[in-house]
Amino acid sequence: MVSTSSLVYLIGLPLFGATFLILMGRKADKWGHLLATAMSAGSFALGVAHFFAMTNRATEERALTQTLFSWIKVGDFDVDAALLLDQLSICFVLLITGVGTLIHIYSISYMADDKDRRRFFAYLNLFIAAMLLLVLGNSYLNLYVGWEGVGLASYLLIGFWNQKPAYATASKKAFVMNRVGDMGLSFAIMIAFATMGTVSFDGVKEAAERAGTPALTAMGIMLLVAAVGKSAQFPLQAWLGDAMAGPTPVSALIHAATMVTAGVYLIVRSNFVFDAAPTAQLLVVIVGAITLIFGAIIGMAKDDIKKALAASTMSQIGYMILGAGLGPAGYAFAIMHLLTHGFFKAGMFLGAGSVMHGMNDEVNMRKYGALRKFMPITFITFGLGYLAIIGVPPFAGFYSKDAIIAEAFNSGGIKGVLLGSVALLGAAITAFYMTRVMVLTFTSKARWDDEVHPHESPALMWLPMALLAVGSVSAGFLLTRGDALVNWMYPLFDHGDHQELHEELLPHSVVTILAVTMVVIGVTVALVKYQFKDVAAVAPTDVSWATRFVRNDLGQDAFNEAVFMRPGQALTRGLITVDEVVIDGAVHGVGAMALGSGSTLRRTQTGYVRSYAALILVGALALLAAIWVVTQ
Amino acid sequence: MNPYNYLYLAALLFTIGAVGVVVRRNAIVVFMCVELMLNAANLTLVTFSRLNGNLNGQVVAFFTMVVAACEVVVGLAIIVAIYRSRRSASIDDASLLKR
Repeated sequence: MVSTSSLVYLIGLPLFGATFLILMGRKADKWGHLLATAMSAGSFALGVAHFFAMTNRATEERALTQTLFSWIKVGDFDVDAALLLDQLSICFVLLITGVGTLIHIYSISYMADDKDRRRFFAYLNLFIAAMLLLVLGNSYLNLYVGWEGVGLASYLLIGFWNQKPAYATASKKAFVMNRVGDMGLSFAIMIAFATMGTVSFDGVKEAAERAGTPALTAMGIMLLVAAVGKSAQFPLQAWLGDAMAGPTPVSALIHAATMVTAGVYLIVRSNFVFDAAPTAQLLVVIVGAITLIFGAIIGMAKDDIKKALAASTMSQIGYMILGAGLGPAGYAFAIMHLLTHGFFKAGMFLGAGSVMHGMNDEVNMRKYGALRKFMPITFITFGLGYLAIIGVPPFAGFYSKDAIIAEAFNSGGIKGVLLGSVALLGAAITAFYMTRVMVLTFTSKARWDDEVHPHESPALMWLPMALLAVGSVSAGFLLTRGDALVNWMYPLFDHGDHQELHEELLPHSVVTILAVTMVVIGVTVALVKYQFKDVAAVAPTDVSWATRFVRNDLGQDAFNEAVFMRPGQALTRGLITVDEVVIDGAVHGVGAMALGSGSTLRRTQTGYVRSYAALILVGALALLAAIWVVTQ
Repeated sequence: MNPYNYLYLAALLFTIGAVGVVVRRNAIVVFMCVELMLNAANLTLVTFSRLNGNLNGQVVAFFTMVVAACEVVVGLAIIVAIYRSRRSASIDDASLLKR
């Protein structure tokens, strides 16, 4: 591992931007967005420089470390605040700063009319800095700092328009549900510390070979809980839909491209834990499989364009988690899908923002239609992202999703058949709901009101969309050419002990044909349902119970409210009663007792000298009598 | 003469003084009763000095007289001050501590 001193600037630049813009206050309103964009772009340039320097080094010398300072030093336990840039982190650094910079540029125009634009950019920079710390930390504890930092930035940005109570509630909901996951991460760190005595990735990797399976399983499950919270996976998925309350660039950057994929990063980074804990690994694929279907089903019934995309994000991250749970074979594909998803989903969110920009902030797709003619650039860039996400060859999603489906089929036995089928079904549903979004927005008949005048967005907005669309088209091809990404990542996941190779259940070509067939089915059904029939401008209410159930997000909120929220409220109310009756009662009782005895004893203080004298006399006599009795 | 007679006299004097302090209202009278009790104590000291055949008790009696003199000075000054402000030397009137 090579030591360096330049990693800190990757984080330092955006962190400086955030601090400076917040401290400067309104004085920086005029140029704050430019500074923030420059900081993000500077960080991206540094990342690119690091990337090329890394490709020029030999494989075993690619990782860079930088120790900032000794953070915790207690006896044998020693944690440095240190950064680690290796083949895995550099992918994230480029994604975060690259997509981040594009979204900064987009936001300059998107947020132009907002009087708090400077604050928005300060938060965006804060997010970039925290996310970089998350992927660059060299230990679980350093990662944890970034993990909490992105949670904070996400909270601040979801509730950016917190003058609307619903938005403020959404940000709180996201924060609280994230805390559940964060707790999992802190437990994982504690388990690592208690059983292995170290929290650094290298240390845990080394100790994992000696540690027992129970400890590793416990740690793996806790890491999964953390990933589930941050990545909006089942059963902690309910916050992501509401998180769409934030400005659209935030949804694109944080709730599609980067932050929500932190859970995938965590699992891939902890590959040495999961490879040694099959039970935890099995739970990972189960969570991934459930979520990818869950999100896809929710996506089918959403009329709000951003919520439909959010459901899709949930489902796509389900694919990544599924891939990450498949072991060494799947890690690289999970990361590949993460990268391609970062491009096409961010591009589509920006497209959705562009549509909202031209439609007076209308988010209901039933009020869209025929926007193809009015927003050609948005249509094309969104369309390319759409082709990428449903997995049409040769767009990005095709390569990455296909690889995960194939790996799922080949993971062996009945598990492989089940996982592969679920992933295939997910692909069909994805094709259906994304086609629905596409048709309702761009190609069906116009359904908007007369006072709406759709128009194309300015160049500052469509340029980032166009660049992301280029990524959506080319990323998959570039990353798989000569197995580029797999070979790039390979050294990280090679533990020496090669797992026995399962017999391939289905050859890759068959999986491809199956997947494309599913996509065609999904697209066809959606076209028949929405393109060739008129779509109601108001969502029909006389629908089956199943549709209603899906519209209510498969009862996720009802479930959470019934199982956690209301019992929790009852518990707090009960505790308040206990507090008021028992604890306050004891405290007030002691006070009242002192007060009562005081006012009783006060009566003896008459103020009459003679009674005092008499008392003294009686006392003296009593004393004498006592002495007499004792001495007799 | 039987020395115990002095002790009986001292007990009598002390009782008169104590009863006087408790039952009388006039501050001057109360004060004189206090002096009576002090002198009863002095008389006891002197008697026991005689009985024991040494001078220790008589020495302490002198101390008591000095203390009594000081007490009279301070006490009378207080009584005069109270009389001036309240136009009364009754100790029951000066019961402000009650409130």
